[in-house]
Amino acid sequence: MAYFIQQLINGLTLGAIYGLIAIGYTMVYGIIGMINFAHGEIYMIGAFISVITFLVLQAAGIGFVPLILVVMLIASMLFTAVYGWSVERVAYRPLRRAPRLAALISAIGMSIALQNYVQLTQGARVKALAPIISGGVTLFEQDGFAVRLSFLQIFIIILTMALMAGFSYLIDRTPLGRQQRACEQDRTMASLVGVNVDRTISTTFVMGAALAAVAGMMVTLYYGVVDFFIGFLAGVKAFTAAVLGGIGSLPGAMLGGLLIGLIEAFWSAYFSIEYKDVAAFSILVLVLIFRPTGLLGKPEIEKV
Amino acid sequence: MSEIRIKTDAPEASFRDVAKDALLTAVVALVLAVPFIGLKSDSVGIALALQTRWAEMFAIVGAVVAGRVLISLFRLRRVQPRTPQPQKRAGAKELAAAWGGKHIVLIGVAGFAFAAALPFMPFSSRYTIDIGTTFLIYVMLGWGLNIVVGLAGLLDLGYVAFYAVGAYSYALLSTELGWSFWVCLPLAGLFAAMFGVILGFPVLRLRGDYLAIVTLGFGEIIRVVLTNWVEFSKGPNGISGIPRPSFFGFSFAREAESTTFHELFGIAYSSQHRIVFLYFLILALAGLTNWFTLRMRKLPTGRAWEALREDEIACRSLGINPTNVKLSAFALGAMFAGFAGSFFSTRQGFVSPESFTFMESAIILAIVVLGGMGSQMGVVLAAFALVILPEWFRDFQQYRMLLFGVAMVLIMVLKPTGVMGSREPTIRLHKKDQGSAAEAQPETAR
Repeated sequence: MAYFIQQLINGLTLGAIYGLIAIGYTMVYGIIGMINFAHGEIYMIGAFISVITFLVLQAAGIGFVPLILVVMLIASMLFTAVYGWSVERVAYRPLRRAPRLAALISAIGMSIALQNYVQLTQGARVKALAPIISGGVTLFEQDGFAVRLSFLQIFIIILTMALMAGFSYLIDRTPLGRQQRACEQDRTMASLVGVNVDRTISTTFVMGAALAAVAGMMVTLYYGVVDFFIGFLAGVKAFTAAVLGGIGSLPGAMLGGLLIGLIEAFWSAYFSIEYKDVAAFSILVLVLIFRPTGLLGKPEIEKV
Repeated sequence: MSEIRIKTDAPEASFRDVAKDALLTAVVALVLAVPFIGLKSDSVGIALALQTRWAEMFAIVGAVVAGRVLISLFRLRRVQPRTPQPQKRAGAKELAAAWGGKHIVLIGVAGFAFAAALPFMPFSSRYTIDIGTTFLIYVMLGWGLNIVVGLAGLLDLGYVAFYAVGAYSYALLSTELGWSFWVCLPLAGLFAAMFGVILGFPVLRLRGDYLAIVTLGFGEIIRVVLTNWVEFSKGPNGISGIPRPSFFGFSFAREAESTTFHELFGIAYSSQHRIVFLYFLILALAGLTNWFTLRMRKLPTGRAWEALREDEIACRSLGINPTNVKLSAFALGAMFAGFAGSFFSTRQGFVSPESFTFMESAIILAIVVLGGMGSQMGVVLAAFALVILPEWFRDFQQYRMLLFGVAMVLIMVLKPTGVMGSREPTIRLHKKDQGSAAEAQPETAR
């Protein structure tokens, strides 16, 4: 039981990270109907920026942990958002009316380019960072196995919840969110009633990138290692999460992320750690066979 | 879906626009460059430390801004004089396209003849033939995937999985059971096609995007299984000592128990024979793929593929079973990947999971889409651009993949239908001039 709860905690932490990335996929898919293949790379860039921000702060001699965290968070969100905006502007906006595959290829190209750009500029070696938040609490002990909840895990889960709350408010209540939902339903109609479609799509990318940056920062803190290749697998899994939850649905993305995180944690704990990636994908295939719209997705009616 | 845009760029304001654009570019480029080019995290001992590269950073940002200004000015020049010149140019383009369309068979035959004569050209060395072989593998894979993506319109992001199935089935059958290449080749195709059916059957009923992600996942699963199931596939070390192919039973060795190739023909031994033979083998396999596709397009199934790509609902109402038709395309595409895979393993003599990463799938897909989906000639051109050109730029090894990615984006932005893309249906009911209004429209986002 103790072991189970420990895995539950680990899985939820991991799932929060996947969920944040998955939101970026699901929003972009909802609004322009394409798989933003470079989103995993955006997350990787977010992780790198948080490492670099940390180093800058270290060089400046700042050692106060909460300040470091806040600056890391803000810097990675800001810089990564600019990356997200640029990717959309350069690689996707010219292809708005092109065949869907063209945009996807452009996205794959962007993903390859970003990966190699980071490899070239920052080196191919793994960046290892000393833990910034350490310590934790022991929840309870059973049969000599202590269930631990680290402060970092608390930080990750609370930050995710806060971001989700803010984000839901943004989508549900603000004019920005309303424009976004309008574009999602019908872009032509939205532009007729005065919504700036291009700007709305750009904002979507900016928001998705900022959330991915937070995920990147969390991973940097959680695992302490970052390299230029982390974006691919995380991106694929987050996309899986988005599909699992029902693509286009924001709560679905978060739910899917949590489920993927839990599946991965339990699978590596009880079965085999080598096949944890296989587990996530197998579940995806099963879900698609039995519930193609995902868990929270609406069935899509195809019209002629 | 068409968007409504109101253009209000009066010519007077345009130079101000250029300046505004340049300023925006400068700010964005600076923000992008500071954390990655300006600052570099470097390992010093076990800790990380910062290095700065401000000079390089400003040089790169300056270059980006200059490029942007040039593009804007170029556009300005193109917009301002409103002469009927563009029409003329379009006419010339159309003429060229018509000529190309009429003589495409001729070009194809000439290309094939050149490929067949390549090993005997005075300038061809072992290196040329080696690159030619690699190039042809990609052409074959491109043609195989073209059946799936170009003709049937199914997005397959894990094509390399079938390539891996083919490669490993030959590697295992030959090293474990000692079966010959000529027995394993069809079997490899069969296995790959079987995997295609097993994967496709549940997934092909779903919409296209899901297929993309499931195939991507499948590609990863195959690779992870090959890496971790050590008893079966020898894990990450791969399988080595895979037998080289023989000339229908006559080996290419210098000496062997049975008759060797050079003894059979009474010529002096040369290590080049095997290389040239492999080259012709892949040329034949690629030719087979092309011939098969061209034939298929004239058969009911092939026509159903194209019809399905254009409009699934219409097809269903005409009594075509979309799942079966898609499945046939998926399985046949997989089969050719299987053939190519077994060729790959006999050529290399060694296979490991390393060779079957997602990158390979992306390159093959890029070949199909950059070439223009459905165009056989486009695949050849794109394979040339993606396989042979990087080979020439080996000196820029470091920047190779970066440029590769940038080129993919650029080609798509400049020509979204691909280099040779026209998306012509293979047949039409009426003569072309009557149907010009019903010219195939680019598929819009749903």
